[in-house]
Amino acid sequence: MNSTAGPDANSGFPRLVAGRTKAETAAPRAQGIEFDAGWVDRVRVNLSAVERRVATLPKRRTVKKVWQCAWLLKAVSLMDLTTLSADDTAGRVMRLCAKARAPIRADLLRALNWGERPLTTAAVCVYHEMVPVARRALAGTPIGIAAVSTGFPAGLSPFELRLEEIRRSVEAGATEIDVVISRRHVLLSDWRALYEEIRAFREACGPVHMKTILGTGQLGSIGKVAKASLVALMAGSDFIKTSTGMEPVNASLPVSLVMMRMIREFADRTGQQAGFKPAGGISSAKTALTYLMLVKEELGEQWLVPERFRFGASKLLGDIERQLEHQITGRYSAAHRHPLS
Amino acid sequence: MSSVPEIFDTLSYGPAPEEAGAVRAWLAAHAGGFPLFIGGQWRPSCRETPPIPCVNPANGEVLSSITQSCAEDLDAAVQSAAAAFPSWSKSGYERARALYALGRLIQKHSRFFAVLETLDNGKPIRETRDLDIPLAARHFTYHAGWAQLVARELPDHEPLGVVGQIIPWNFPLLMLAWKVAPALAAGNCVVLKPAEDTSLTALFFASLCADAGIPPGVVNILTGDGRVGELIVGHPGIAKIAFTGSTEVGRIIRKSTAGTGKSLTLELGGKSPFVVFEDADLDAAVEGLVDAIWFNQGQVCCAGSRLIVEESVMGPLVSRIKTRLQHIRIGDPLDKAIDMGALITPTHRSRVHGFVEQAQAQGATVWQPQIPLPPQGAFYPPTLLTDVSTANIVWREEIFGPVLAATSFRTLHEAVELANNTQYGLAATLYTENINRALELAVKLKAGVVWINTTNQLDAACGFGGIRESGFGREGGLEGMLDYLRERDAWSAPGADATPSGAQTAAARLERSGKMLADSLAADAPAVEAGGERRPGLIDRTFKNFIGGKQTRPDGGLSRPVHDARGRLAGWVSRGNRKDIRDAVEAAFRAEKWCDATAHLRSQILFYMGENLAVRREELAARLGRLTGRKAAQSRAEVDLAIERLFSYGGWADKYDGLIHTPPVRNIALAVPEPIGVIGVICPDEAPLLSFVSLLAPVIAMGNRCVIVPSERMPLPAMDLCQVLEISDVPSGVVNIVTGEREELTETLAQHDQVDCVWYFGSKEGSAQVETWSAATIKRTWVNHGRARDWMSVRHGEGRTFLRQATQIKNVWLPYGDFT
Repeated sequence: MNSTAGPDANSGFPRLVAGRTKAETAAPRAQGIEFDAGWVDRVRVNLSAVERRVATLPKRRTVKKVWQCAWLLKAVSLMDLTTLSADDTAGRVMRLCAKARAPIRADLLRALNWGERPLTTAAVCVYHEMVPVARRALAGTPIGIAAVSTGFPAGLSPFELRLEEIRRSVEAGATEIDVVISRRHVLLSDWRALYEEIRAFREACGPVHMKTILGTGQLGSIGKVAKASLVALMAGSDFIKTSTGMEPVNASLPVSLVMMRMIREFADRTGQQAGFKPAGGISSAKTALTYLMLVKEELGEQWLVPERFRFGASKLLGDIERQLEHQITGRYSAAHRHPLS
Repeated sequence: MSSVPEIFDTLSYGPAPEEAGAVRAWLAAHAGGFPLFIGGQWRPSCRETPPIPCVNPANGEVLSSITQSCAEDLDAAVQSAAAAFPSWSKSGYERARALYALGRLIQKHSRFFAVLETLDNGKPIRETRDLDIPLAARHFTYHAGWAQLVARELPDHEPLGVVGQIIPWNFPLLMLAWKVAPALAAGNCVVLKPAEDTSLTALFFASLCADAGIPPGVVNILTGDGRVGELIVGHPGIAKIAFTGSTEVGRIIRKSTAGTGKSLTLELGGKSPFVVFEDADLDAAVEGLVDAIWFNQGQVCCAGSRLIVEESVMGPLVSRIKTRLQHIRIGDPLDKAIDMGALITPTHRSRVHGFVEQAQAQGATVWQPQIPLPPQGAFYPPTLLTDVSTANIVWREEIFGPVLAATSFRTLHEAVELANNTQYGLAATLYTENINRALELAVKLKAGVVWINTTNQLDAACGFGGIRESGFGREGGLEGMLDYLRERDAWSAPGADATPSGAQTAAARLERSGKMLADSLAADAPAVEAGGERRPGLIDRTFKNFIGGKQTRPDGGLSRPVHDARGRLAGWVSRGNRKDIRDAVEAAFRAEKWCDATAHLRSQILFYMGENLAVRREELAARLGRLTGRKAAQSRAEVDLAIERLFSYGGWADKYDGLIHTPPVRNIALAVPEPIGVIGVICPDEAPLLSFVSLLAPVIAMGNRCVIVPSERMPLPAMDLCQVLEISDVPSGVVNIVTGEREELTETLAQHDQVDCVWYFGSKEGSAQVETWSAATIKRTWVNHGRARDWMSVRHGEGRTFLRQATQIKNVWLPYGDFT
């Protein structure tokens, strides 16, 4: 990665997110492939083995001291800072966007010898109605605006309306669309229907990147998670994402591992490197580090860039700030010392 | 020093050293070396011997030194163990408290143990911290429970006395726990020799014993090299040897303990198969391989070192293995983010490399990942060998290093054949998502442990141990406890009926048999009838061997005379020889379907044998009376008991169930008693019908086939049983009977490589011979050491002891789960 940074001529805001221009970030969209029922049939996942891998990995790897600080900053740069609440207002979203622009206190960054590189979150993630607010608040920054869509979180509104919702969000300025699938297609193993649905969502997104939320907590078995992941990749999802954050069980390490491995298998077979976004329930810095290590070990560090990996999180940033301050001062930090998002 | 922005871009892992200060301080305090732990005290050796340095294999650093023990030290240890035994073996509750305390003390000092083990052994701190030490503590806690329960749960058993234990360097503290915990729980006292390369955790453990309430003398730790092991094996005050190590040394121990009456368990080498089907979760299989052969640098006796892959997924699996190996981190074992540490010594590293070079010379393709290796220390990269033929040295011999050899198969049948094509039988792993396939394979794989969709799972609640040249005996679970106990009062001095006979030379045997023949012909030639006196009009009775379901004439064309109690000729039986035994074993081997026969069928056949024997009750009683000279009532009682015994085993055939163990993981662990295979049975002279039936019935009830040699002096009642077998639906080859000279036939049987187990009930010397011969292929044996059993008693003449001797426990681990 190249880390030359320069001010954006129009906004005065540095144009680079961790060394990447927005144009570079806008990688070509995933194409997907024709639906391949045989491949879906052949998918096998052993839950006990998956659980063993995710249980032992955090004990096989650890990062300490400056390494931990650098990894935590990486986590910040891969974050979709999220507010998805029925009581969201313009004021709330503006505060979130301000935090996305300056996620870590400047004095902490100085203490870490971070230098002049800008550090922002990768995107903010909001409901459609909040997209214009976010667009204004983030103008001139490379920070993405992700809109949840397609009748989020249940995905049970009329199909045409779901497509229209995507188009409206794109028009409103969303740079990324997070769609939810019809879980019933998975539960009934109607893989072709799932494929067609995601394909249609993808068309509606036009040039904008699409993250496909599987709602893994509602799919019933680990095998279905794997198959749904594969179908979503076949249908051309740019990212596959675990959860809406609204299910009783959201992102978990076993589910994430299975999804990552489908991404890897799909990339090996097709050359298309889709992204992964765990969302919901990731609130501690330690958990975030475990995710990063899992990605590094299973997919490789080339996946640890905003085009291929995101955290969907609302509380995670606060814990990362506290951990960073602890690394710097040697004292455990307090929440109120860091600006609210 | 890397900066935050640099690391941000590269996402490298930095160093993560484990804190070793406390251990270093302890080692510094013992810089002068460690004495021996005898009778609860630290003592120097009785002799001046050069100390053995303790070396950290990761960097060659000398940590401290240990003492080479001598014979006098061992005498002292055995003496104090024997002195402690009477009181220690008395109170299960006292033992439970002490074992519980040991478990807790290991937990309390867990990180200290982990760091010390890593320094001494070179294995990663991740493993010592997360596996070796917690599992060691678990073994003490689990066996604290057995100490509490053993007297009431196994009332017919008693501890053995002083147990000698010799353990290897690959899991130093864990192997100590595996050995010491069950031995103490059962009420024994121990003299343990840790491996000379890795004695430090055992010595630290010794320092905790007093605190745990272990009385002086109950645990003795003698350090030193193989010579100390040899002394322990040969010490007359030691009642049992428990050894974990190489098959080669196991063989030596088997020979040198032969005939001493020492109980023995051997946990030896392996070349365990790792079978992957096309319907497996391939990523799970890859991680399984990491846990199988790249765990502890591959220095694991049960390591899945032979990869057997369905041809359709060979390419994808190999490619995934290679990708995975690129992510292995080798280096400072004390670093918390290291996957592989150092091999035990530079010499061992050279040995491992030698295997890889030979494999390559024999046609294998060698692949190693491009990952950094520390410039110094006994490190070796994870290695994958493909294009490995079944004749390649790395397919057949245990490497004990991080080297995986791979081949492919086409059908399930071929997978089983490849997996079982080895002299070893320790563990087997298989990956498939098809439960039918998984369970069928679990039955067919020849191994003491089978892991389905997981590997190298170990727990105190589950028996661990092998078959074939991987040894015998189990560690863990009920099956492990039984190996540290013996039946109470099962044996007595030889009965009046026993033949006084020793191991003889072939020439002596020939001479004796020739003399018998001559005497018979001279004295009593015309009086040939199965009962004794020749009566006019009676048709001659002919007793042949019974092989493969047929009565066959002996290969040598010779007969030997049988005399009744008054010394008169009672009949002629075949004088079987080496070739008759060969044919009988061949027939038994071919009758392998008997293993798969349902227990119900076996049960029915045994009952039916009883029924058919009952028809001949009077005739047999009369014959027994003439042969033994006993009263008619006694003979009738023997026949009746023989009939009843067949009923007992008809009952047992479908009731000697296995167990479901409960290790602390989401898993079903089945402990399945399986038939051993072909058992050679040599019957005693006492109660010639009843002892024959008492040995035959459990063997076949459990699904074994046998070659059985009836009482040498009174074989006729057994030969009468041939006809019972013929009409009782016993399939051909399941029971083969060869009569003749006991020791001659024993020799061939005990040395036949296709015979899996020998039961010998003859002389003391013959017992020693059988144990010696069995060493060649590490056969299981059950010998009487010249003592007698009370066949007439239900307690000693039948039951679980016999069934246990006729089976081997296979532990099948089957983790489950699919809900997210």
